[in-house]
Amino acid sequence: MRVNFTVNGRKQEADDVWEGESLLYVLRERMGLPGSKNACEQGECGSCTVRLDGVPVCSCLVAAGQAEGREVVTVEGLADYARHRDDAHPGTGCAAGTCGTSLDAAQRWQARPTDGQSAEAAELSPVQQAFIDAGAVQCGFCTPGLLVAADELLETQPSPSDQDIREALSGNLCRCTGYEKILDAVRLAAARQEETVR
Amino acid sequence: MALHPRAASVPAGTPTKITQGSQTRGGIGESTLRPDGTLKVTGEFAYSSDMWHEDMLWGHTLRSTVAHAEIRSIDIGEALATPGVYAVLTYDDLPAEMKNYGLEIQDTPVLAHGKVRHHGEPVALVAADHPETARRAAAKIRIDYAELPLVTDEESATAPDAILVHEGRTDHHIGHVPHPNIVHRQPIVRGDADAAAARADVIVTGDYVFGMQDQAFLGPESGLAVPSEDGGVELYVATQWLHSDLRQIAPVLGLPEDKVRMTLSGVGGAFGGREDLSMQIHACLLALRTGKPVKMVYNRFESFFGHVHRHPAKLHYEHGATKDGKLTHMKCRIVLDGGAYASASPAVVGNASSLAVGPYVVEDVDIEAIALYSNNPPCGAMRGFGAVQACFAYEAQMDKLAAALDMDPVELRQLNAMEQGTLLPTGQPVDSPAPVAELLRRVKARPLPPEQQWLSADAEGSSVDVRALPGGLSNTTHGEGVVRGVGYAVGLKNVGFSEGFDDYSTARVRMEVINGEPVATVHTAMAEVGQGGVTVHAQIARTELGVNQVTIHPADTQVGSAGSTSASRQTYVTGGAVKNSCEAVREQVLEIGRRKFGTYHPAWATAELLLEGGKVVTDGGEVLAPLADVLEGEAVDVELEWRHRPTEAFDLRTGQGNGHVQYSFAAHRAVVEVDTELGLVKVIELACAQDVGKALNPLSVVGQIQGGTTQGLGVAVMEEIIVDPKTAKVRNPSFTDYLIPTILDTPTIPVDVLELADDHAPYGLRGIGEAPTLSSTPAVLAAIRNATGLELNRTPVRPEHITGT
Amino acid sequence: MDFLRPASWEEALAAKAEHPTAVPIAGGTDVMVEINFDHRRPEYLMDLNRIGELSEWQVGPDAVRLGASVPYSAVMEHLRAELPGLALASHTVASPQIRNRGGVGGNLGTASPAGDAHPALLAAGAEVEAASVRGTRMIPIDDFYTGVKRNALAPDELIRAVHIKKADGPQQYSKVGTRNAMVIAVCAFGLALHPETRTVRTGIGSAAPTPVRAREAEEFLNAALEEGGFWESGKIITPSVAKQFAQLAAGACNPIDDVRGTAAYRRHAVGIMARRTLGWTWEQYRGAGRTLEGAA
Repeated sequence: MRVNFTVNGRKQEADDVWEGESLLYVLRERMGLPGSKNACEQGECGSCTVRLDGVPVCSCLVAAGQAEGREVVTVEGLADYARHRDDAHPGTGCAAGTCGTSLDAAQRWQARPTDGQSAEAAELSPVQQAFIDAGAVQCGFCTPGLLVAADELLETQPSPSDQDIREALSGNLCRCTGYEKILDAVRLAAARQEETVR
Repeated sequence: MALHPRAASVPAGTPTKITQGSQTRGGIGESTLRPDGTLKVTGEFAYSSDMWHEDMLWGHTLRSTVAHAEIRSIDIGEALATPGVYAVLTYDDLPAEMKNYGLEIQDTPVLAHGKVRHHGEPVALVAADHPETARRAAAKIRIDYAELPLVTDEESATAPDAILVHEGRTDHHIGHVPHPNIVHRQPIVRGDADAAAARADVIVTGDYVFGMQDQAFLGPESGLAVPSEDGGVELYVATQWLHSDLRQIAPVLGLPEDKVRMTLSGVGGAFGGREDLSMQIHACLLALRTGKPVKMVYNRFESFFGHVHRHPAKLHYEHGATKDGKLTHMKCRIVLDGGAYASASPAVVGNASSLAVGPYVVEDVDIEAIALYSNNPPCGAMRGFGAVQACFAYEAQMDKLAAALDMDPVELRQLNAMEQGTLLPTGQPVDSPAPVAELLRRVKARPLPPEQQWLSADAEGSSVDVRALPGGLSNTTHGEGVVRGVGYAVGLKNVGFSEGFDDYSTARVRMEVINGEPVATVHTAMAEVGQGGVTVHAQIARTELGVNQVTIHPADTQVGSAGSTSASRQTYVTGGAVKNSCEAVREQVLEIGRRKFGTYHPAWATAELLLEGGKVVTDGGEVLAPLADVLEGEAVDVELEWRHRPTEAFDLRTGQGNGHVQYSFAAHRAVVEVDTELGLVKVIELACAQDVGKALNPLSVVGQIQGGTTQGLGVAVMEEIIVDPKTAKVRNPSFTDYLIPTILDTPTIPVDVLELADDHAPYGLRGIGEAPTLSSTPAVLAAIRNATGLELNRTPVRPEHITGT
Repeated sequence: MDFLRPASWEEALAAKAEHPTAVPIAGGTDVMVEINFDHRRPEYLMDLNRIGELSEWQVGPDAVRLGASVPYSAVMEHLRAELPGLALASHTVASPQIRNRGGVGGNLGTASPAGDAHPALLAAGAEVEAASVRGTRMIPIDDFYTGVKRNALAPDELIRAVHIKKADGPQQYSKVGTRNAMVIAVCAFGLALHPETRTVRTGIGSAAPTPVRAREAEEFLNAALEEGGFWESGKIITPSVAKQFAQLAAGACNPIDDVRGTAAYRRHAVGIMARRTLGWTWEQYRGAGRTLEGAA
């Protein structure tokens, strides 16, 4: 079957999709976006987390056909997504009712074109930078899913408690770090975000 | 030997001093950031499962559904006739004389030959245009199995009528094992344990069981094999040791090693599970047969069959002590289940036996360790192998002994703690700092976390945060039945490959001028599996060569072997090789400098010269020349092997021998809260103190310690591959039923890093990756025992064990 | 495999009538695991995501009509007051990502004894709105579970919504797993006080071939509370009553040994959870309960 959806702001089309394929497979194997990871393919590890119409989901458990006409944001588009959000809600101060990215806003958002050559052209989102700075990346296989989940947490809850961070990331397994530096990274991103607001 | 608690003594050893490169930014000792960090956070880092090639096919493995059976027939006709299928291969299609592989003993068939020996053994391969086509075709392969009796434990392995898992063994262990179903046996006898036992005032014994743990790395076994025009193959794969893979792959393909070109792809964690081959040979076979690139990616279910696991173990221990707490003797017998194929079993036996006494002084010991062949899943390397299982048992024994003596468990450990100069049971002296008592002192001195952290009170009354309680979000308790416990443990791990293995690494370092800037390139075959070796290599090059810009070349087989990313050895051995090659490069650079500029300044000939900040300077700080000028038009390129001190094999009867290179020590204090009615555990804090010799990258060091600690926590309270004893089949091959800790299961892990230099090692560093995995598990167990008063002689502890149901 | 994409409820019913083997997929959190792991190859997959009404809910005077695909996260966020037991149960489901996709309709369709919603539905009292081209019928939750992973649906029927009684008193939910998050139930227990009818209802998960109520325990407790005048007085429940209730709840189990736990442990744990959830709800009923953070 054919499937059309928008990924990181760009319309994409996949042909000859087997009906049992997951959104994860289509992203990785048909659209050249292997950033979302295939660690368990049973919804237990969160490595494949993407935003589907703004909502964090395990893309391994979304049938490709279910993504038809939807908006998908993957780790590859996270920096642009975050930048757009900052433009839409400067500082993410998040008064009641303005938290999060609305579906409407998500659909209006467009990724900047890149030439695919210059890795340094990719400016990082605050969460991405914080993961590097805090030493939250080791093998890195869990990182994309964690970044998407953590970015959404800070979008809806700019100053989460440690327990809030733990709860929000409880669907993302990491085998390397023991999670301490991941907590540090999210705290760091939250603190930097607050400084920006001030 | 005098008895004195060493809690207050100052440990021997001094921090390492660095002169060369001490002014250069980003050198050793700094927490520089990972060079692959940006790629990893943007999703651009190419892991082995991300490889893609025009026109590629998908490989699929058909695995045995039974544990032990004769294969009467295999019918591939229908599978081969499936549209979209390009090849179906069985044993009969193997192209070379060599049809087996293995790390030490080549006992593992590439594809089953007439017999399967464990559940999930590869029997046939399919290549097709879509993974689903390959799966459906594989399902059409008909195999007629005639099941055979099972070997599942020591009793069934050594019974008089036991069926042999491997008939006609010719490996170098068969001569000294008491039964062909025993892979290897290592006794270690020193002093006279029986005579010493007579002097003991207190003797404690215990039988301990360690469950089968899985590495559970997140990146599944995967890779891409591309046939090349010269009849060879290029393989992009995730592994821990490219050259070891190559040595096993090439003979089975019938190719010379230079026609199998391997490149390391991104590795999604390893922890020992990628020391053995998985899909490497299979993908190459399919690619060579079809003439097309072939990608293979295991899913999580298959991954549980695609790699070896940590050896489950049964351990019997006896310790004696005088009434003032001095250990008199130790006897133990350690039975490790190696499963169907040898893998790393002999080395696991070597570690388990030689480290069986732990970081304690015991003069009279009687130790025996064996590994079985059985029809259980093959077991091999996992973080801390051999030492992990032993540590779980001897630390439980130390607590038991302390209770019997009515002593403080930490004090008992400190009283008997090994120190520099102590002889191991192998007769080998510990010739570097061994701050065992100090590490214990440090974790014990930490303030305890506050009680009842789940409660908070405000004007409207008190509230309960279930996330801070055992059971977490499952809302099983609001404080009812919850009891706190505290436990301690300390462990001893060898660093590097032991027992006479030629453990070396190779580094190629190039220095040249690019765009007017001196740039160093470091090329090794070291597998970066997440540990941060690439970060450290760049730091070493900056320190040794005084440059800012360092390029890390991708790891491949175009450079000599780096040895394995395991045994806590890479920073030591490949780090040492990089340092060594950098030193050679530095000498050549200075030689060029002397040749070009020596006549302009006498210091070129007389002073000690350093490379700092892109310049040649004297040790007094005077600048002699910019490196850009020295190297203009000339590149320096050096590839050298580097070895640590040689080791010896252990004597096969007495276990005596200088078998180890270096030791790594860590201590933990665990604070747990146990819902004693439901048997659920929440670890509140898991503090660690570890001696790392020299922290080349403090941020990475702490990350390694926290990660290792968490894997130890996992096997304490949840992680176990459950094998049905009646069928030898794996019952929980999924992340639904093989549970690893989530962020809500993992406590804060404060880390206290000691840096007491080992003068034998580069920069005085110690291998660090494994030690924290040893002591974490017994510390958690000790804390649960402390909370519940139960004996708990097996790990992982399940709710049934705590509730007695 | 064919992928059916009905755009409306009527189209879905027609498709299901035409292809009774079609497997409905909404959150995908059960179905896709089976497909990814090659455990299931349905002839037809029928996507229900396009039918907006399935993700909506209506709060009526007595009950909440919860669309079959309303994700657990929405129950937690919006229906805590009306459906406290289900909201607590929702919070124990897997992970945030799964709670964003999975819903009660899927739990009912799969009818696994380990489904997290079942004990809460049994305790609250609910009816399943099942529909086919032949018409709509309401299946009482007590009659819905018919065997291990079997339910009362006919092959041509789909679950449209669940009608769950609005809480008229405190409700609690506990689940034992061997991990502090993201875990399948070893066993679970739901309890609802119904002060209006002066009854207590319960639900047990993963401790019998189907989700079950602990009926004997309920009857015992109903009688004990009535006889002792507890509903009026709001006095603390006598420990012996709580103990007997717990024992009867444990006795209602018919569990098995499996990789997640032993039968004996399940029985034991259900007893403990029964006693604790009774204590918590009764404290709430008396107005003395602590508030919960982190719970739904």
